[in-house]
Formats: sequence, structure tokens, C-alpha cells
Amino acid sequence: MTALIKLALTGVLVAGTALAAMPAFAADYTIVIDKMKFGPVPAELHAGDTVIWQNNDIFRHSATARDKSFDVDLPAGTEVRMVVGAVGSLDFFCKFHPGMTGTLVIAP
Amino acid sequence: MIRTTVLAALLAFGMAGVGAAADAPTDPQIAHIAYTAGQIDVVAAEQAIKKSTNADIIAFATLMAADHKAVNDQALALVTKLGVTPEDNPTSQALSQAAADKLAELDKLDGAAFDKAYIANEVAYHATVNGALSSVLIPSAQNAEFKELLKTGLTLFTEHQHHAEMVAAKFQ
Repeated sequence: MTALIKLALTGVLVAGTALAAMPAFAADYTIVIDKMKFGPVPAELHAGDTVIWQNNDIFRHSATARDKSFDVDLPAGTEVRMVVGAVGSLDFFCKFHPGMTGTLVIAP
Repeated sequence: MIRTTVLAALLAFGMAGVGAAADAPTDPQIAHIAYTAGQIDVVAAEQAIKKSTNADIIAFATLMAADHKAVNDQALALVTKLGVTPEDNPTSQALSQAAADKLAELDKLDGAAFDKAYIANEVAYHATVNGALSSVLIPSAQNAEFKELLKTGLTLFTEHQHHAEMVAAKFQ
């Protein structure tokens, strides 16, 4: 193995180790609201990620946690970003149309 | 009262039973009925906001005014896009007459008596309109985009009916 290849491999190893040691990047996930329904929620949501509530409906909605930990007002045609903090399962609903419901499952 | 009148008007269309497809309302007629039904609830809401001092009633009425106006604005935009002119018909006329009668009846009431009567009528009215939407208006609609809007309307109005039932329970 030439010295050059050894050097390159060492470089890759060092970079890989550094990446593994870094915390995971926070991700953005969009939950679309349309036709009086919350769309699919992200399957893998972690504390620090951002949920973008996007109201494509013609009505004012809200994304309101049952435990009152968040209450996002969503006038028609707007979107609001929300960083998730608490770990656990959070049931939410629209306070204007309580039949609209969903659950965020947030992992550490 | 409203329920009876509207059902009678729908029967006049010949849409009550199986095999009545030939007499089903047209899209321009359905558009007129749906718009009229929405507008009636906006006017009822405005009356409630003006007369009531109950927070639950005012919140409910405010929501009714906003939601029904949003649907009607969307319906107007859609019929304009489709080049459809809403067509007056016996069902729309029956709805308007019954609503005018109910508005006058409620206007004579005040305080808790008004609140109780208003919310009871909202429950009955939404039940009647939802019944008409699901059994006659949506199945009769021909344009796919228009049918989709009516379905969204039905989902919304069903929510309103449940909401009204919850508020009405507080006045029993």
C-alpha cells in the first residue's frame, strides 16, 4: 500500500469518526392540512426537529395539544414552524373543528 | 319546521327515492342551494353575535360566520371558473323562507331563551342540510371539482353539527 493511499484512508477514517460523533441534524417535517383533515405525521420525529404546519384549507384551523403544550393558530393558507421539544406521544386536535385529530410521537 | 320545509322542497324535485335520477337537481341548482344554505347560517350567526352575551354562543356563531363564508367564497370562485350560473329553485326558496321565519322568531327572544333556541336550531339546521348533502346534492353533482367541494362542505358541516350539539347540551 503506498503512502498516498494510507494517507487517504486515514483521512476517510478520521472524517467518518468525526461525523459519527456529531449530534444528528434536526430535520424539518411538514404536516399538511387540507379538506378538513390533518395529513400524515412524520414517522420518525425527534426532539429538536421542526414541524411545519401547512394549512392548505380554506378554513382557519389550529394545531392544539391535548396537554396544552402547544396551540398553533393557522389561518387559511398559512404555515407555521414549531420546534418539538418534549419527548413522548402528544395528541393534538383543531380547536375549531375538534373532529380533526392526530398524534405526534417524539423520540429523544 | 325548517327540516319539514326543506324535505318537502326536495321531494318537489322528485329526488326522494331510488330511480329519481332523471329529476335530480342540476349543478347550477345545487350551487344555488348550497350557497343559500351557507348564507342562511352566516345571517343566523350575525344575529347571534349581535343578540347574545354568552361566550360559547358567540364563539360558535363567529366560527359559523367564518367557515360558511369561506365555503361560499370558494363556491363562488369555482362556479365562476366553471362558467356556471347558480339557478334559483324551489328548494332554495323554501330554505330562504324557513330561515326568514326562524330569524323573526328568534328575534323576539332574549338572553338564555335566545341562546337555547339559536343553538337548538343550529343542531337541527345542520342535520337537515347534511342529510340533503349526503342523500341528494352530492350524489347528483356532475362536475368532479364541484362534487369535491360539496364533500368538504359536508365534512365541515358535520363538524359544526357535533359542535352545536356540544354547546346545546350546556343549555339543557
